Amino acid sequence: MEEKNVVSVKDLGVKFHLSEQKVDNLKEYVIRIVKRQMRYKEFWALRNVSFDVKKGERVAILGLNGAGKSTMLKVIAGVLKATEGKVSRSGVLVPLLELGAGFDLQYTGAENIYLYGAMLGYSKAFLKEKYDEIVEFSELGDFIHVPLKNYSSGMRARLGFAIATLVEPDILILDEVLSVGDVQFRKKSENRIKEMFDKGITVLFVSHNLVQVRSLCTRAIWLENGHVVEDGPVDEVTAHFEEKVTK
Amino acid sequence: MSVIKTFGKYRNLLIELIKKDIKLKYRSSYLGVVWTLLEPLLTMLVLTLVFSAMLGKGTRDFPVYILTGRLVYSFFSNGTKAALRAVRANAGMIRKVYVPKYMYPFASVLSGYVIFLISLIVLAIVALVRGVYPTLQLLWILIPLGQVLLMTTGVGMILATMAVFFRDVEYLWGVALMLIMYASAIFYQVKDVVSPTNAWIFKLNPLYAVIVNFRNAVFGQAPDFSAMWYAFGFGAVSMVLGVFVFYKKQDKFILYL
Repeated sequence: MEEKNVVSVKDLGVKFHLSEQKVDNLKEYVIRIVKRQMRYKEFWALRNVSFDVKKGERVAILGLNGAGKSTMLKVIAGVLKATEGKVSRSGVLVPLLELGAGFDLQYTGAENIYLYGAMLGYSKAFLKEKYDEIVEFSELGDFIHVPLKNYSSGMRARLGFAIATLVEPDILILDEVLSVGDVQFRKKSENRIKEMFDKGITVLFVSHNLVQVRSLCTRAIWLENGHVVEDGPVDEVTAHFEEKVTK
Repeated sequence: MSVIKTFGKYRNLLIELIKKDIKLKYRSSYLGVVWTLLEPLLTMLVLTLVFSAMLGKGTRDFPVYILTGRLVYSFFSNGTKAALRAVRANAGMIRKVYVPKYMYPFASVLSGYVIFLISLIVLAIVALVRGVYPTLQLLWILIPLGQVLLMTTGVGMILATMAVFFRDVEYLWGVALMLIMYASAIFYQVKDVVSPTNAWIFKLNPLYAVIVNFRNAVFGQAPDFSAMWYAFGFGAVSMVLGVFVFYKKQDKFILYL
């Protein structure tokens, strides 16, 4: 074993309770408990999923909507807790799950840099040092002092991308975010990500764009209904996946 | 342990969240942070007017009496209400970015605490104007100041956890707060309103125990130690319980948000 496992997923299972009607008030709850009607429909978003990702691997996660892709990324990112099994990871992880999820709309762009940066665990001094770089990369200019509620969605995404990719992570999680902003910015963000790729970071990538997947990734994992269907070199798996989907 | 390490990593976030709460609270108003001083001052004037002018019960230091009670009560009330909403208000972030979740209720309570501490300036001014001068007993004020923070955080954590699962908690707590307010003797003396046999209602209220010693310190009287222990006991129990239920249930939050 020459390369270390950066992400290790073992027998992962995530269960959701889908109660038939959403019970979110006390009266309903008590009535149902008393009548023993607290029935849940159990739903396993992921079950028996195991795989290891070695350092420097770029793994695409394929699957139709509802296959469990995002759930898996959330578990790896630490947002969602596994119901069973174990997920371990080492190194700095940057999730580009949804750009700017931690933004406050009343706050200006500049204030949001510090807020969102803090949310990703960066120190104040570090953010201060990188402030100019963020503003420059996001191309916001004077808009940086305007409250975020007045931004276009492209502007928000640009700012989010600039902050999130500040540090070079060991693990990068990409969930359909390579389609941010206009053509020009997309080019720029792709370049930044490619630069990171060249430095040998580990990538987990979710996309429905198979062309992009083939050009960026080395390996693919195909999920269906929460199970792994196939796990192997990207060309093989995408070919099988395409065959199955277009049939 | 790793809890301390994570806290260190996200300490900056806690500060940012507190700053955000305070900044945004006053952002669109012309007077801004001045309202932290003006608001308690104006309510004090109204209460003084109502209770001393109309009911004819005013002594010279009555405004100080009202203000001490009101400041402590409104920190407790606003702090617990903000903590209660904290997890749900930040649902968007909790679903997307991993952050220790207790940061949200903590930040809500602490930002309220900062505002509370600032508004003590009003109390100091009013006290001096009304001839209530500081004595050595004032040093005791640190204890109720700590106790009310402990209590608010503990109760806030319990409420924040419950509110994720049951939306009703918010309304129920509003009613409970009203009860607590009347049992806190903010704008009357206990001996004026109830017969001595019924004074236990006030004794039972831990917030009143805090207010009693807060007032004693301001008015230069010796602390009431039984009230002090009661407030401390309640604060400690609510804090332990709050941390416990929050910790136990936090992984389920995301499924209910």
